[in-house]
Amino acid sequence: MSFLKIKDLSVNYQMRKETVYAAKNVNIEVNKGEILGLVGESGSGKSTVGNAIINLIDEPGKVSSGSILLGELNIHEDPKNIVKYRGKKIGLIFQDPQTSLNPILTIGEQLIETIQTHLALTKEEAKERSISLLKEVGIKDAAKRFDDYPHQFSGGMRQRVVISLALCCEPELLIADEPTTALDVSIQSQILDLIKKLTKERNLAVILITHDMGVIAETANRVAVMKNGDVVEIGITKEILTNPKETYTKSLVSSVPPTNKKISRFVIIEKENNIDNKNNLKILNRWTKKKIIKQDLVQVKNLSKSFDDNFFTESSKNSVMAVNDVSFNIREGESFGLVGESGSGKSTIAKMIVNLFKPSAGEFFFDNVCVTKIKQNSEMMKFRKQIQMIFQDPYSSLNGRLKVRDIVSEPIKLHNPLISKNDLDSYVFDLLESVELAQNSADRYPHEFSGGQRQRISIARSLATQPRLLVCDEPTSALDVSIQAQILNLLKDLQEQLNLTILFISHDLPVVRQMCDRIGVLRDGKLCEVSDTEDLFLKPQHDYTKELLRLMPKIESIYN
Amino acid sequence: MDNNINTTWSRIKDSDIFFSFKKSPTAIISSFILFIIFFCSFFVELITPYNPFDPSSLSLMEAFTPPSWTEEGLSKFILGTDGQGRDMLSTILYGSRISLIVGFSAIIFSLILGVGLGLTAGYFGGKYEMIIMRLTDVQLTVPSILMALLVDGIARGLISREMHDEMAIYVLIFAIGISEWPQFARVSRAATLVEKNKDYVSASTIIGVSNLVIMFKHILPNILRPVLVIGTIGLALAIIAESTLSFLGVGVPPTTPSLGTLIRLGNDFLFSGEWWITFFPAIFLVILAFSINLLGDWMRDTLNPRLNK
Repeated sequence: MSFLKIKDLSVNYQMRKETVYAAKNVNIEVNKGEILGLVGESGSGKSTVGNAIINLIDEPGKVSSGSILLGELNIHEDPKNIVKYRGKKIGLIFQDPQTSLNPILTIGEQLIETIQTHLALTKEEAKERSISLLKEVGIKDAAKRFDDYPHQFSGGMRQRVVISLALCCEPELLIADEPTTALDVSIQSQILDLIKKLTKERNLAVILITHDMGVIAETANRVAVMKNGDVVEIGITKEILTNPKETYTKSLVSSVPPTNKKISRFVIIEKENNIDNKNNLKILNRWTKKKIIKQDLVQVKNLSKSFDDNFFTESSKNSVMAVNDVSFNIREGESFGLVGESGSGKSTIAKMIVNLFKPSAGEFFFDNVCVTKIKQNSEMMKFRKQIQMIFQDPYSSLNGRLKVRDIVSEPIKLHNPLISKNDLDSYVFDLLESVELAQNSADRYPHEFSGGQRQRISIARSLATQPRLLVCDEPTSALDVSIQAQILNLLKDLQEQLNLTILFISHDLPVVRQMCDRIGVLRDGKLCEVSDTEDLFLKPQHDYTKELLRLMPKIESIYN
Repeated sequence: MDNNINTTWSRIKDSDIFFSFKKSPTAIISSFILFIIFFCSFFVELITPYNPFDPSSLSLMEAFTPPSWTEEGLSKFILGTDGQGRDMLSTILYGSRISLIVGFSAIIFSLILGVGLGLTAGYFGGKYEMIIMRLTDVQLTVPSILMALLVDGIARGLISREMHDEMAIYVLIFAIGISEWPQFARVSRAATLVEKNKDYVSASTIIGVSNLVIMFKHILPNILRPVLVIGTIGLALAIIAESTLSFLGVGVPPTTPSLGTLIRLGNDFLFSGEWWITFFPAIFLVILAFSINLLGDWMRDTLNPRLNK
């Protein structure tokens, strides 16, 4: 007899033009002592199911049919009942530990408040209980830290506090909605271990909602795959991941970058559009293709950047070294990866290379010319043309007020002001074709496109100046895994066809392994080690690299 | 896929703004009233048979005629006449035209000044930004009507007496405009600070686009929403400021009266029983300002992404 039973649950949103079904006839059962992974891409309805259980669906959405049984109780029969169960029988962990704690109350106050809402305990008893809970979730000096405010904890510690809040009334069901997405790899594995441990010790039923197949592989006993509100496939995690039956699950699994080997291309099973003539890009006619000579295109020498903390005193005492004495070279035609956790300074390096900031110290050579010393604007324009960048967030990297045509043609017109109207149009179409977008995209606005398509537009824009170096700053971390596979394939193809040199920045080790020839590992603004990709993964030298590799969630772990 | 290229009109019809407009009775009623007021004011020659500024058509015999529905009223003067025998309704419409012209010009003037300074301050930052922003702080400590009075006083001192009536309207526009710019500067600077850190601005910088083009082609269209919202509410304020100044006697001269001037002229007769001379222009002003404010409120609610979920 399973503990949580969701029967034929449907949730719909009555929109202006149509009714959107966020969940359609979902049937899920969860047993005690088991973690059920709910996996799917954005918009698949996985969070909707989680929210429906605790009746937190926002207007205009509503549960249109189905029942949710917790043990023997139908918790949706009486809407007033749910208030009693939420927090008491059902615990919740949200994605962002920065916002799920109230910043003006100490964590102790928040714990006591929650405990006293649901259990008839005195303040002292509640305090005692809170401290033992904090100990249980792994917070050191729990009694001392009881009176600290949320901002005094790091992200991972804060997520532990959130977990202790979720557990404080002995719930039997725990819903974790992307509990580790906002955290770095090293902290992610600690939190997942904690959730696994608690599930066993307390005999909890856990629903783990995530988009990350690696997380699922490492933690979930069973997994339900969702797509557009439907549960496509449900079963034992190992079976689903190693032997998927449905096409969608197959494509999802094949899109996940493998952590243990390098593959040349991702297998795309459900393709958006079929353009196969990859070898005859029209844009090549315009491209003065650089021959690959084995030489360094980029040389970074002792680059440092400090941000002044204090506005009034420009003393170096208060400054934060975002990048500290970093040196590396990138050869023409190669892909160089920079890997690091948040705050390691990888984006700062990217911004210095594309000349958005000036470095505080050090030099940067491009094609044997020192770019950091250029003063003249016209000289700078030559380099601007050769170094382009692709950004992380496809929503803010395109100006929403301009048509795609104007976005893509802006760099062309700027660097070639005499281009004729017809030539410009055909150039824009060629660029759109090279990123696999249809010609009629040119007359639409960015908001009409999906995240992956916007990233393609962004790539088309960066190719318009015919750059030699493309800086990709986490180009796929805002995208779903199947879209990520397509964009990574596209970047690989373009690199091959156009002999591009790529600086690829990411926090995601498996992705970097697929994309890069050589990798540099960054930590706190310092470069730990630089080596060839396979060497780095097989024989890591630096302790930090070893730690990162050990902790990264591996979808392959399911085979062991 | 091919018929997806939309015309501007169908884009407007399909947009969320138009949808929320259709759903809001306040917005429909107030914009309907405003449309009638604007239309009647700007085509007043075609609508009324009288020209209140043509002395030969006036007859002092018809002065102080009460509104047509009272006992002594004449059917040809719906809202009665004033002390010089001018038809109240046409005088009000001529007056509101002047009020609207002054209000619009003043708000456009302060919009250009404020957005220009706010945008550049937000974009360039540094000392320039500090100077501009401290300037707005200083000006915000001076009540705007006092500021306008000050400008008007200086202008009176500088311009000769004969020129004064001619120049009055321009002085008024400048005086109101200069007292309203700080709020536009503040709002556009705040919005610029948000926009300039977005990746599309970095992308343009990397491509090599110049600062001027980035500011006016990329950032400006993206900060217009909040600016237009306070611009609408500012328009009502500007019209009221114009009326206040004219009421105080420092605005447009009585020969070409605005709504404020009419209220002031009628004010002298209020206690001798000729209430309509001041009452109707005042009510007209209230309806005008109220409608603009309601429309502005609706715009703020619809265009502010934080208020609608």
